[in-house]
Amino acid sequence: MSAVTADQAMPRTPLARAAYGEKDLRSMGFLVVLWLCLAFGILVLAVLLVTTFLDGRERMDGELFTNYTSQIAPETAGARAAILGTAWVILTTALLAIPIGVAAASYLEEFASTRSRFARFVELNVQNLAAVPAIIYGMLAAAAAVAVGIPRNTVIAGGIALALLILPVVIVATREALRAVPQEIRQASLALGATPMQTLARQTLPAAVPGIATGTILALSRAMGEAAPLLLLGGLVFVKFDPNGFLSGFTTMPIQIFDWAARSQVEFQQLAAAASILLLVLVILLNGVAIIIRNKYATAR
Amino acid sequence: MDTGRIQASESPRAVLGCTDVSVYYGDFRAVNEVTMDIGVHEVTALIGPSGCGKSTVLRSLNRMNDLIPGSRVTGTVAYHGQDIYGKDVDPIEVRRRIGMVFQKPNPFPKSIYDNVAYGPKVTGMKVSSMDDVVEESLRGAALWDEVKDKLKQSAYGLSGGQQQRLCIARTIAVKPEVILMDEPCSALDPIATARIEDLMMELKKDYTIVIVTHNMQQAARVADRTAFFTAEAAEGHGDRTGHLVEFDLTTKIFSNPSDNRTEDYISGRFG
Ligand SMILES: Nc1ncnc2c1ncn2[C@@H]1O[C@H](COP(=O)(O)OP(=O)(O)OP(=O)(O)O)[C@@H](O)[C@H]1O
Ligand SMILES: [Mg+2]
Repeated sequence: MSAVTADQAMPRTPLARAAYGEKDLRSMGFLVVLWLCLAFGILVLAVLLVTTFLDGRERMDGELFTNYTSQIAPETAGARAAILGTAWVILTTALLAIPIGVAAASYLEEFASTRSRFARFVELNVQNLAAVPAIIYGMLAAAAAVAVGIPRNTVIAGGIALALLILPVVIVATREALRAVPQEIRQASLALGATPMQTLARQTLPAAVPGIATGTILALSRAMGEAAPLLLLGGLVFVKFDPNGFLSGFTTMPIQIFDWAARSQVEFQQLAAAASILLLVLVILLNGVAIIIRNKYATAR
Repeated sequence: MDTGRIQASESPRAVLGCTDVSVYYGDFRAVNEVTMDIGVHEVTALIGPSGCGKSTVLRSLNRMNDLIPGSRVTGTVAYHGQDIYGKDVDPIEVRRRIGMVFQKPNPFPKSIYDNVAYGPKVTGMKVSSMDDVVEESLRGAALWDEVKDKLKQSAYGLSGGQQQRLCIARTIAVKPEVILMDEPCSALDPIATARIEDLMMELKKDYTIVIVTHNMQQAARVADRTAFFTAEAAEGHGDRTGHLVEFDLTTKIFSNPSDNRTEDYISGRFG
């Protein structure tokens, strides 16, 4: 007989779920605590969002976008200069941080031998850079600007400060993304007679783009909310013109909010809340873009 | 034990000649003093138990070993008489002439067309029509009829066997002289394997092929010559260094090997 019959006599390890014991009770308890923590976090965030929205809703109008800030007419003042300034500074930051960060990460991941002194030196510096308080970057950028003889309250100085701030994040994100590219892809490319540079430019980096883009956009959105390093550059709170170049003076939204929030008039408080909402929406949009990029590339494979 | 060079009368022209090739990973000597010639328009099979250094030897033939940090090759690998480990030899140029197909199919995350066109593009080959090169290469790899209507689709949509033939097409698109294959069928089912074997018989008219395989029947079917490697613990310590035991015509290796260890291995008593 070749028929196979199940041997019901000896179920050695029962497949059925064990009854809830003491262990499960403890893990249940832990789970509950975790959920409570999460709920508390979300609750605080919700309260913050709702109160900010309530404070600022009267000023969520067109003038917020079109008008400059004003001492005499706070009820019609706007964040025009701050919005444009943020755009300029973040653009400059991206132009500086992305090429340098991607190049540094590519060097460390793809070219440097782990035993090379220089590579270890660069790596150590990246780690140090990540540990430096944000405000120090402002001092560094101010010093750099003065050293090359340009005023320190300029778009380029702001861009340098924020680029230094996010450089470690861009480098780490790029390295992770490069590391996730299968070794087989590089081997296949090199075995066809491609140079290491061609392999990087045509295979490895394109395959890493989603990871790089996601990490970089998240870093930029963090830089967008940063005020401390820029305050160090000085003289940025009362800007009543559109920035028009890398050497232009500027203010940004966090700085403008910081200034308004410190004033006692209720109009300024409302302005600060309205601008905060706007900043929040921008950050959420950027994060959304990062998620879309990631998903798009994930399905393209 | 006969590890001597193949006689001139047996192998009219050698494309690659290894002389005393040893390969090290750091301090570990993985392969010791291999001397063998790869005959032109022949299929040469490398067989032997796991860990005896077949892949290592194969990679040393087109300097893919360079990519492993700490690896080192001594001895000479002569390509038409020129040592590919010579001082002013560019490994990129070596790999353009001596291509490689890997164990696991590894197409690029691109379209079928772009996979094949990649090699000619990066190597700066002067081609009058890339479409023709792609078609010719896919025909050469016996894949054209299956993919001609979906050249723009992702290579990842192909079956494993099709992907492996795409990798072969990609390799022949740069017109190498030698194709190295490291267990190219080990991830494939018997039907896909048979197709690749047929393809190898076809390809050897235009190319010289070196294949690593664990499949004795495959070696017996496709190879003109077979090299049997094994690894034995070196003097006193535990490191197992691989070496070439016997290299001869496949018919000889499988019917009348001169070394007992070869006989034991092919008859399944060893390894
Ligand atoms: N990248 C590496 N770094 C260090 N040692 C390695 C490396 N690759 C291979 N080796 C060692 O070299 C020896 C030969 O390995 P190799 O991969 O060439 O064997 P193989 O004959 O191809 O085996 P298999 O049949 O399992 O593929 C083994 O002892 C292995 O541990
Ligand atoms: Mg192997």
